[in-house]
Amino acid sequence: MSVALSAQDISRALTRISHEILEKNHGSSEITVLGIPTRGAHLAARIAAIMSSIEGKEIAHGTLDITLYRDDLRLRAPRAIMPTSIPPIGIQGRDVILIDDVLYSGRTIRAALDALGEVGRPRTVQLAVLVDRGHRQLPIRADFVGKNLPTSEKQSVRVSLTEIDGVDEVVIEGEAN
Amino acid sequence: MRHLLSINNLSASDAIGILDTATELARINDGQVKKLPTLRGRTIVNLFAEDSTRTRISFEAAAKRLSADVINFSAKGSSLSKGESLKDTAQTLQAMGADAVVIRHSASGAAQRLADLEWMSGSVINAGDGTHEHPSQALLDAFTIRKHLGKGASDLKGLRIAIVGDVLHSRVARSNVLLLSMLGADVVLVAPPTLLPVGVESWPATISYDFDSVIPNVDAIMMLRVQQERMSDLFFPNSREYSRYFGLNSERMSAMARHAIVMHPGPMNRGLEIAADVADSARSVIVEQVTNGVNVRMAILYVLLAGGPLEVGSN
Repeated sequence: MSVALSAQDISRALTRISHEILEKNHGSSEITVLGIPTRGAHLAARIAAIMSSIEGKEIAHGTLDITLYRDDLRLRAPRAIMPTSIPPIGIQGRDVILIDDVLYSGRTIRAALDALGEVGRPRTVQLAVLVDRGHRQLPIRADFVGKNLPTSEKQSVRVSLTEIDGVDEVVIEGEAN
Repeated sequence: MRHLLSINNLSASDAIGILDTATELARINDGQVKKLPTLRGRTIVNLFAEDSTRTRISFEAAAKRLSADVINFSAKGSSLSKGESLKDTAQTLQAMGADAVVIRHSASGAAQRLADLEWMSGSVINAGDGTHEHPSQALLDAFTIRKHLGKGASDLKGLRIAIVGDVLHSRVARSNVLLLSMLGADVVLVAPPTLLPVGVESWPATISYDFDSVIPNVDAIMMLRVQQERMSDLFFPNSREYSRYFGLNSERMSAMARHAIVMHPGPMNRGLEIAADVADSARSVIVEQVTNGVNVRMAILYVLLAGGPLEVGSN
């Protein structure tokens, strides 16, 4: 087990990602931030808060649960459905920033794109993740990455956040190869 | 969990899991999203050997919103009316590849038999068997009660619920007594002695013969339909007397606590167990029960069918 990101590393990464999102989108007026539960939702709230303080105005943010759109539901026991809350301004014609903790196979994001399509038609969809650990199974990439972590498929990446786990930390578990 | 046959096979955490799932699904259904891809490619058969409007349509709507294929199959107009046995019908459904069968049958234990004898590999969902159980109705009633009176709690601790009327013939009452008491509610059954089943004193509920003394002390009143089609004997002198003692009219409704709600599983006998103005009043959540039924049945189908083969056989 090794600590890949400390609390400070996470804080810096989120601040940098927030600036990059604002830079790429020329400000915040068209942005809707949606986090994928559980940990992506907390990251989305933090990034929205950082962007709000930079821009001096509220950033629309919410959560998007993708459980019902997964293509691997039959591979394991039924999962609990988490809350979805789309901010009142919606996603129609907006620049939607999807936020998740770890980008791995890409299947979660594929499901998220399907879920978004049911809610409306965003102008763009961009993806921000705290950790990209590689091993994609689908042609999906992140626009904003906190840290690229080279891992083996045998390892697992555990993201802890103070909101639920009491500590901010990213840990790699298991031996490489 | 593979089958839903009886509240007895559920734990409190299973039940709360279904209610929580239904809560999230309700939020999705209230928004723009009406169709989810979750059960695409699954086949659900509605096998209704007894008449039903609400339950069948509700299961059908639930399955369709989850993108499952639905085959409706009723006794009238099928080989069941030619005397085909349940076993042969089940094997036919198995051969067609049904992933789940929703069964309503006039014989108590029909769903259990379908599940136990392994005539088919899919899930069996009991949508009412004789005078035994109707678990999905109890779950939607618990969902409705929790939504109105739960104050954010996950269970029903501290709530008092009266179930009034024809308990003897009511599978809804039996499932509700089991479920509501499991979730921590105090249940009181109100009925004439002739309409209470043998052994009711062993149920997790108290019994009263005096409706008026119960009314001010409960948070919800669930009226039961007087099931005249199952009545071969005379259980009460006449319907006017029944209404006078056990019917919910506006005068009785005005004695209810201010927050208390009126429920009925439907179909109603207006003027017999419930007065029309009570059924249509602001306290009545009867129409909402139907809406909640779709969300709860979606949750049941999700919990039983969305998971993979890992869970099969762990019921």
